[in-house]
Amino acid sequence: MIAAHYPALQIALPLIAAPLCVLLRRGTWAWLVTVAVSWTALYVSVQLLLQVLASGPISYELGGWAAPWGIEYRVDSVNAFVLLIVSGISAISAPYAYKSVIHEIPEHQHYLFYSAYLLCLTGLLGIVITGDAFNVFVFLEISSLSSYVLISLGKDRKAVTAAYQYLVMGTIGATFFLIGVGLIYAMTGTLNMADIANRIDQVQNTRTVLAAFAFITVGLGLKLALFPLHLWLPNAYAYAPSVVTVFLAATATKVAIYTMLRFVFTLFGTDFALDVTLLAEFLMALALVGVFAASITAIFQNNIKRMLAYSSVAQVGYMMLGVSFFSVTGLTGGIVHLFNHAMMKGALFMALGAIFFRVGSVHIDRIRGLGKQMPFTMFAFVIGGLSLIGIPLTVGFISKWYLILAALERGWWPIAGLVLLSSLLAIVYVWRVVEVAYFRDPPTNHPKVTEAPLSLLVPTWILVLANIYFGVDTTLTVGVADTAAKVLLGLGQ
Amino acid sequence: MTGELAMIVAILVPLAGAGLIAASHRHPNQREAATLVTASALFILVLSLLLPVMEGERPATTLWQILPGLSIALEIEPLGMVFALVASFLWIVTSVYSIGYMRGHHEENQTRFYVCFAVAISSAIGVAFSANMFTLFIFYEVLTLSTYPLVTHHGTDEARRGGRTYLGLLLLTSIAFQLLAIVWTWSVAGTLDFSAGGILAEKASPVVLGVLFVLYMFGIGKAALMPFHRWLPAAMVAPTPVSALLHAVAVVKAGVFTVVKVTVYIFGADLLAGLEARQLILFVASFTIIGASLVAMRQDNLKRRLAYSTVSQLSYVVLGALLITDSSIIGSGIHIAMHAFGKITLFFCAGAILVAAHKTNISEMDGLGWTMPVTMLAFLIGALSIIGLPPLGGSWSKYLMILGAAQSEQYIFVVVLMVSTLLNIAYLIPPVVRSFFVLPGNTSGARPQINEAPAACLAAICVTAAGSIALFFFVDSLYALLEPIVMVPG
Repeated sequence: MIAAHYPALQIALPLIAAPLCVLLRRGTWAWLVTVAVSWTALYVSVQLLLQVLASGPISYELGGWAAPWGIEYRVDSVNAFVLLIVSGISAISAPYAYKSVIHEIPEHQHYLFYSAYLLCLTGLLGIVITGDAFNVFVFLEISSLSSYVLISLGKDRKAVTAAYQYLVMGTIGATFFLIGVGLIYAMTGTLNMADIANRIDQVQNTRTVLAAFAFITVGLGLKLALFPLHLWLPNAYAYAPSVVTVFLAATATKVAIYTMLRFVFTLFGTDFALDVTLLAEFLMALALVGVFAASITAIFQNNIKRMLAYSSVAQVGYMMLGVSFFSVTGLTGGIVHLFNHAMMKGALFMALGAIFFRVGSVHIDRIRGLGKQMPFTMFAFVIGGLSLIGIPLTVGFISKWYLILAALERGWWPIAGLVLLSSLLAIVYVWRVVEVAYFRDPPTNHPKVTEAPLSLLVPTWILVLANIYFGVDTTLTVGVADTAAKVLLGLGQ
Repeated sequence: MTGELAMIVAILVPLAGAGLIAASHRHPNQREAATLVTASALFILVLSLLLPVMEGERPATTLWQILPGLSIALEIEPLGMVFALVASFLWIVTSVYSIGYMRGHHEENQTRFYVCFAVAISSAIGVAFSANMFTLFIFYEVLTLSTYPLVTHHGTDEARRGGRTYLGLLLLTSIAFQLLAIVWTWSVAGTLDFSAGGILAEKASPVVLGVLFVLYMFGIGKAALMPFHRWLPAAMVAPTPVSALLHAVAVVKAGVFTVVKVTVYIFGADLLAGLEARQLILFVASFTIIGASLVAMRQDNLKRRLAYSTVSQLSYVVLGALLITDSSIIGSGIHIAMHAFGKITLFFCAGAILVAAHKTNISEMDGLGWTMPVTMLAFLIGALSIIGLPPLGGSWSKYLMILGAAQSEQYIFVVVLMVSTLLNIAYLIPPVVRSFFVLPGNTSGARPQINEAPAACLAAICVTAAGSIALFFFVDSLYALLEPIVMVPG
């Protein structure tokens, strides 16, 4: 009975829980609600994914209103997978939040923090699940506004500037997106994605549709931090509270990429996108330049959180590279990297959060000797780093494998070489940290540091082990990504 | 125990040993006992596989499928058997030696040392038993990562610099070249299994095959072909047992072993014969043989001289494999074992000299033969085996390679091997001569006191030196074991 309403439940639950946190006014209660909601959301998305894999896409009419007038929630293997990523990361970072939030955020703001967190979760899940183009915009704003709040709660005063910077860029992005959606509505007379996809064929040679396409891709490019539209990201990630960085880094850009995929492949259609002059080449060039520029910048960062933030920009480049091949293998690589990158960045930022919890800084000078003082945290960082580099038996390897294969399939072996060369840059920035942590003596003028508490370590290690597990057993990740890629390219359900 | 199970257990035993070692970190004696027991257990396991393999059995098992068609799988064939035997036997000897050395030299972080050592051995065995290139690559990378903490063991600036070069070059070559080659092979051949006669025949154009081949040869950085050899001298900052077992046996042999595997089982002799790129790599290998020997002559630091000698000797194996005659391929397989025993002896001696006499440079070794007679005699035996003089093991592999070069009528490589032999003499014999015949000026007349290394070290040195001699007499069984690798079915 309730199973039929899972799509609505996925959104309604966090949406109702957010004001509930405000009413509770107690940090601990709000936290308990957040954990409960996150775990339920994870359960629901697992159920949705299983349903989709078993019996094809689910269409849910919100409030019983049929599609052209009402809002349709539509779940297929593509967004079921992204729902799983978002709710999974939330389920793991919610327990982590407790101690970290106590440490980093003033007590009277705790319930507000959890309320904003739940709103952000609602927004992200909503963007993914909805089958209505305007509804995407609504949820995009919910998630963006709440993430500006979340980022500005950071301990460092620069967090406010970072949040403002993100607000300006994010608003431009959202506005561009809305203009695009408006133009499509003007041309097709509908906001339902499936209807748009059907009707756009008749008008696809008009300049208006082309303009809509441009507005939407650029708008989403801003949200997903596609080089060179990434400038808001490093500061936002570096100065946000640790949990927020974990959550946003592992989910926000992924959701934006999903939206891009949905619009480019499902709404406009692969043929349309390929007709756009040089789009594939342009995306590929941006992706590769982004990978190299961001990785090189990462090497020179002394704030490790900032370093990983630049690395995230590089990783977005990998995902877009996979997309730009416009082939099943390439898209599989891109989509599987959505998941894999969530695992590795989640683990890495959690390890950093644990370090920040004990040391009070994530500057490279302050992590000297942590290899001995916080052995479990640092080892988690090392494995996360190896995954980032793409060492076999970690998830990073699987992503690289598909990207290289996709390049070789097209006969573009220099691209394959570039992907591998860029992994070497990851070695440099990861190893800088490892070397300092393991082979430098701890600073003498600071008090001795001990291992992080279990409530931080356990979630970190769950993600670390996920990095290894999904690097060895790829039936779920690659299986779903492969189906999703075929759905997007119109080759199957 | 069946062969399949024994094979898996052989990889797990050192890992379990690593756990035991870590658990007993407060009790050095218990910890060292754990190392010795693990090493012996591993050797017995590997030995138990020898007879079935000699009788033609090929235990094989697939452990796990990571992606469709891409699996972690194990299989034993003769070449892997030789490598595993050598590595596991020498691990016992090195463990005995390490105990003397690490205690005699008052090293710190000994638990980390033994743990990483065990993990490294586990991955070396994994490399030896891999049934496909993908599995091999995994173990190859684990080997790199697990030996990194051993190279930087001392934690000094110099060690960190050495570690950076080590990790940087090995990961650079393996990720940028080897992995590319592997994915490429997979995308054209649809498989990565090692199979007799190769998997690439008629699968791609000669140009692609040539590029692939070059990518493989330089991508296998552990084989230390110039110009990607710098990691090996850099690794010499490690404690001597590491240089001895890992950087004269396990790591570098994993490299040349992979080269032979790729040559024989991925490309296959027939395909390689017509490949221009083979000629290119043959010259690179020759250049490395001669070049590294010349550099070795100019090194005063004993360990660095031995490291360059290793670089040169590794290219023998590459050269032998790429000459693709039956005798040269078997010769390179045999050389893996011969050089292992010879070079480990030399490194053991270098470590013994450091522990007992606190000397690292050849120029300080005057008269050392009289204070450390056993060590220096063993050094002589090791040196003669590397040079390739009977009655020492090294003579057979060199003979087979020269025979191969002559059979394929590539006389230039005969010359290369000859010249290199002379160079070997020029850089390995002077330390011995110096230690026995040049007496330090200040001890005029008086015979110096005998001051040998710890007994554990000496015992290990004697075993490996005796091994070098024994291998000369028992080479026929080694030859018989390796012979099937050059037989292509059909």
